[in-house]
Amino acid sequence: MSQILIKDRIPREELLDSGHLACPGCGAPIAMRLVLKALGEKTMVALPACCWSIIAGPWPQSSLRVPLFHSAFETGAAVASGIKAALEMRGDLETTVIAWAGDGGTFDIGLQALSGAAERNEDIIYFCYDNEAYMNTGVQRSSATPWGAWTTTTPAEHPEMRPKKDMLAIMAAHRIPYAASASVAYPDDLVEKVKKAKGIKGTRFIHILSPCPPGWKIADEESIALARLAVRNRVFPLMEVENGERWRFSVDHPGEPVEPYIRRQGRFRHLGDAEIAEIQRAVDERWKSLERRVQHGT
Amino acid sequence: MKKVIVGNHAVSWGVQLARAEVISAYPITPQTQIVEELSEMCADGRLPARFIKVESEHSAMAACIGASVAGVRTFTATSSQGLLLMHEMLHYAAGGRLPVVMADINRAVAPGWNIWTDQNDSLSQRDTGWIQLYCENNQEVLDTTVQSFKLAEAVDLPVMLVLDAFYLSHTSEPVDIPDQADVDTFLPKREARLKLDVNDPRAFGALSPPDMYMELRLRQQEAMEQALEVFDAVEAEWGERFGRRYGAIEPYRTEDAEIVLVTSGTVTSTARYVVDERRARGEKVGLVKIKMFRPFPTARLRRALAGIPRVAVLDRNLSPGRSGIFAEELRAALYDLEPARRPGLDGYVIGLGGRDVTPDTIGECLDRSRAALAAGRAPEREDLWVGVKP
Repeated sequence: MSQILIKDRIPREELLDSGHLACPGCGAPIAMRLVLKALGEKTMVALPACCWSIIAGPWPQSSLRVPLFHSAFETGAAVASGIKAALEMRGDLETTVIAWAGDGGTFDIGLQALSGAAERNEDIIYFCYDNEAYMNTGVQRSSATPWGAWTTTTPAEHPEMRPKKDMLAIMAAHRIPYAASASVAYPDDLVEKVKKAKGIKGTRFIHILSPCPPGWKIADEESIALARLAVRNRVFPLMEVENGERWRFSVDHPGEPVEPYIRRQGRFRHLGDAEIAEIQRAVDERWKSLERRVQHGT
Repeated sequence: MKKVIVGNHAVSWGVQLARAEVISAYPITPQTQIVEELSEMCADGRLPARFIKVESEHSAMAACIGASVAGVRTFTATSSQGLLLMHEMLHYAAGGRLPVVMADINRAVAPGWNIWTDQNDSLSQRDTGWIQLYCENNQEVLDTTVQSFKLAEAVDLPVMLVLDAFYLSHTSEPVDIPDQADVDTFLPKREARLKLDVNDPRAFGALSPPDMYMELRLRQQEAMEQALEVFDAVEAEWGERFGRRYGAIEPYRTEDAEIVLVTSGTVTSTARYVVDERRARGEKVGLVKIKMFRPFPTARLRRALAGIPRVAVLDRNLSPGRSGIFAEELRAALYDLEPARRPGLDGYVIGLGGRDVTPDTIGECLDRSRAALAAGRAPEREDLWVGVKP
């Protein structure tokens, strides 16, 4: 039933071709495919260094049927600002300009440029596909890496000891017209959010959880199942924030226990019951805080 | 129309005349007046452009790159630390073959903190693939600003025009401002050969494996090599319309000279004065001004300096562990001359961090080179730093 619904709601037009270079099971091309379906062919992409720099294909090839500019790691929002300004000068007010960055390019090295663009309310949509570490360079921790996770720079003997940065709240604090979190496991929700964002002027930010089989140490076919669990167990709630104030949940989050989600990922293999209980406690606490935001605004 | 304006405003007027379409910049002394003036020009409609007030110079260049790849004429200005922060993106603009134009106000690099002029900021961008043009006075600044866009767009390379902090940036001089209609004929609206286009979607700047990369660099080198002649053509057209030419290099009273000074930037004007004074006393001295540093006009400099017994290069910059940078470049350029016609070359380091370069400073360089010529040997290292406190 729901499959029929998705087919009806999501445009059939394909703007991402097969032959892209993503690993099997990667969430990133799924995210791009859905986003471009929602935006249509009048879209331009500013692409800072990230896994997608590879996925798009080497020169002179491109797996995208929209124009694409590959740029430096920290420049997604600034390059997109420049493209948008140029289109305005050319009289093209129709084309949507997006920045498409990973978590490293968003949470870490690109945060300054993103904050600048958001503060100026540049008329762009900034997408962060978040695989929770520097996956393209071989799984190093970023400030999107969750507490307790193994990466090559947070080895199991000394795993990540800081909580994931609250990127959605940071963007909401810029009072941009629209910020949202989305998931490759909820394509209809994702497409609806992108369509909604397309109709809004100003800076829009969409944060997409995008599993990475080699980085999370999961089987290729587990990506979507785990991304779905992360929503159901409230690890990655799907939300919308309008003008930095009106927060809402966009799907049901039944609050299943986090343990199966953690146990199924090799990156958490070193964690014992006590650590998993700690993750559960942190998720519950953050959920309460998000509920307060939904009820009372910021 | 003649106006008395500071060098910074000569840049702003040039950008307005060139009808830049997207400007993105971040404030830094002593550049700030350029973008203040441009902000007003954009705000009151004299310049119909989008001005993106970014949060850093790195983003300024990134935004210019985005706008340029989307096909419009773009400009930014910076100085010193700001230029250094842009460094990564300078490579992107040049490697991406994007005709961004930038004014750099030559300012010394910290530490110690120093807002005064020297050339280490721009010269340390030597290998980024930008055309570099050094200006001597405010008229040249305005003319070069407009010409830079034409040059950049003809060869698909970015151009950095360079002027000295305070000696030009904040010094008022009479400047002839050409009519907009004449400039429009000289420099029509940019028509990008390739740009981001939803009707012709392409990927720019993608991964280039070893079997692709080298040819991209060769194309870049070929464009740089063409830039000198294109610059000549641009200047010739400008000269016909507006009556002013400067040249990639400019020899001044070098006929029969025994010692020739080599200069760039405002030091040139002081050196002209010294040359005239010495010539009046019967000394056979001359001057070669280098305006274009990249591409380096090697063959022209060889022709200008072949057979001159002694060359004194005045460097307001330093490559620590080696010497002044213009001196190094010239040594390499002159190496291929047959030994009998190859000048002796003394590289003087002067005026770092805005230290005054007076006629006496330059006279001292000349005297030391004259002594070296007479003695048939190069000056000692300590004699090559002129104007240093004991």
